[in-house]
Amino acid sequence: MADGSIGLWTVPLAVLGGAIRVSTPFLFVSLGECITERSGRINLGLEGTLVMGAMSAYGISYLTGSPWLGVLAAGITGALLGALHAGICSLPRVNDVAVGIALMLFGTGLAFYLGKPLIEPTAPRLPAIDFGWWSDIPQVRAALRINVLFLIGVVLAPILYWAFRTTRWGLLIRTAGESSDAARAMGHSVLLIRLRATMVGGFLAGIGGSFLSLFYPGSWNEGLSSGQGITAVALVIFARWDPLLCLWASLAFGGAAALGPALQSVGVTSGYHLFNAAPYILTLAIMIITCSPKRTLTGAPAELSITR
Amino acid sequence: MDSGRISRRHLLQGGAALTLGAAAGPRPAFAAETTIGFIYVGSRDDYGYNQAHAQGAAALKKIPGLKVVEEEKVPETDAVEKTIESMINLDGATLLFPTSFGYYNPHMIKMATKYPKLRFEHCGGLWSDKDPKNAGSYFGYIDEAQYISGIVAGLTSKSSKLGFVAAKPIPQVLRNINAFTLGAKSVNPKATTQVIFTGDWSMPVKEAEATNSLIDQGVDVLTCHVDGPKTMVENAARRGAFVCGYHTNQSALAPKAYLTGAEWNWEALYPKFVKMIAAGEGIPNFYRGGLKEEIVKVSPYGEAVSAEARKAADEAKAKFLSAEGYAIFKGGLLDNKGKTVIPAGTDRGQKDPELEKMDYLVEGVIGATS
Repeated sequence: MADGSIGLWTVPLAVLGGAIRVSTPFLFVSLGECITERSGRINLGLEGTLVMGAMSAYGISYLTGSPWLGVLAAGITGALLGALHAGICSLPRVNDVAVGIALMLFGTGLAFYLGKPLIEPTAPRLPAIDFGWWSDIPQVRAALRINVLFLIGVVLAPILYWAFRTTRWGLLIRTAGESSDAARAMGHSVLLIRLRATMVGGFLAGIGGSFLSLFYPGSWNEGLSSGQGITAVALVIFARWDPLLCLWASLAFGGAAALGPALQSVGVTSGYHLFNAAPYILTLAIMIITCSPKRTLTGAPAELSITR
Repeated sequence: MDSGRISRRHLLQGGAALTLGAAAGPRPAFAAETTIGFIYVGSRDDYGYNQAHAQGAAALKKIPGLKVVEEEKVPETDAVEKTIESMINLDGATLLFPTSFGYYNPHMIKMATKYPKLRFEHCGGLWSDKDPKNAGSYFGYIDEAQYISGIVAGLTSKSSKLGFVAAKPIPQVLRNINAFTLGAKSVNPKATTQVIFTGDWSMPVKEAEATNSLIDQGVDVLTCHVDGPKTMVENAARRGAFVCGYHTNQSALAPKAYLTGAEWNWEALYPKFVKMIAAGEGIPNFYRGGLKEEIVKVSPYGEAVSAEARKAADEAKAKFLSAEGYAIFKGGLLDNKGKTVIPAGTDRGQKDPELEKMDYLVEGVIGATS
């Protein structure tokens, strides 16, 4: 159109763009949690890990001038928080859900405390790759400016799917998750497997956080996560611990988050509270559709404290 | 302070003097410190609403004899009553500033009734004769600064499409949206403002999505009314759109894209309040003012603002600063559904309390309040 507006096309485009922009933290946290839960442990602390990752990525990027070092720092911070969770949970009679909640509060609190001086400065951001070069519509180009972390996440999902099924360490993680006795009988340390799985999970969640502060929305502030870490943990459950389903679920959540603002921008203004709540309505709907009173959750690792 | 140290007793006397309607005479200063409590709904350094208040609190900290206690991220629920209680009983606060809109009624009113000797000052509430005498509400007519932002935006936009990222459809927000739009329309009759409500004061991802959606619709100048404008400013600048700031000056975040902005000037007001109490006159229960009273200010113009826009904006500013003032909301005003909201012939001056109950969006705004 002559005035540079694309009318109602904004909505599908915004949902597509939103799916790409908003989904990445969901994707990384849910893939990380998928690994952790498959090994038989729930780490609810990933919300804290996400926020800590966002803060440390922003801080390191600001101090060193390299956003990629920031991403690495976020991953390492996440892995350390994961190690802390696994370390505490390896003590006898410790409940992993309770530890997770404690670490969620610890992680967000620590990030807010350390992140105070980081709210004002502007740190270098991660670059975007322009996949919209073929289009001369600026809106399409903007929607297709994709960050490489998103692509890594998209590739990681099928790799994890394959790895869980066919690799030795994938089998080990699943064994620890399905029957710790079997893993022990095979001569493996269940605690060590879970420690590693939780650390890898934390590493990925930390990287998810770095996307928030270094790419989109692209700055550090205390409302940055607004519960995305928790949503991603829930997302693993209805993705049935399947990395490929995690990918689709993350994309759906990202698109749903963009729906409310996009509809208002084209003039659908009534009931925006409802559209803003789309991600949560989606969660409820999927939970209701997939639940069954007759059987336990399919795909749930048998060693998880919620299914045991 | 030229009057030396301000004691706790001074403040109490100020409050009492107000209640009794009599001015207390000069008394010797006491060594005990006066404690003032500030309560914020969000983070103290959010580049926005709370930071503006914290800057005002910081100005008080410099005054000898005053101790400032602060608590941030206090929700607009019973939690604020607990915070007030603890500031009174544990820190000995005698003057309290609960700064968020939702603190006023019932929470602050309840506390003011319970502690009739202490002074409560709320930002944004609408104090009426029915409310306790030791409570007060102050606010700035920041819509004057928004009107000037609107003028600059209306003359800078090429598409005549302006965007507004708003949190909730409460009167203060609607008044800003309307003033911004009327300012733009005063210089560019074709101008429209598209508004998106995110639903809460701090939703960075939603604010970024709203910014992107608006720009996708052809909007090329944006402003906002959320607690932290940083997300909107940075994301709009990345997409090549211009921005008008809010709460504080955000030009450092996007020097090329920043046109101007509506800012609070609490660091000028709060020391004035303390002086009023120290002088024994007390703070008026209902305290309002705009550019003229130095409660709000306009950011310096950015480099992208044309000479024409500067001239138009300066003229409007001069009208607000003039002795007779200027009414943004004039008689014969239509809302965006075509209904007359202000009857012809009755201009609503800035001090008109009706304006603080605003529940409509004026003609030229695309959006709905519910």
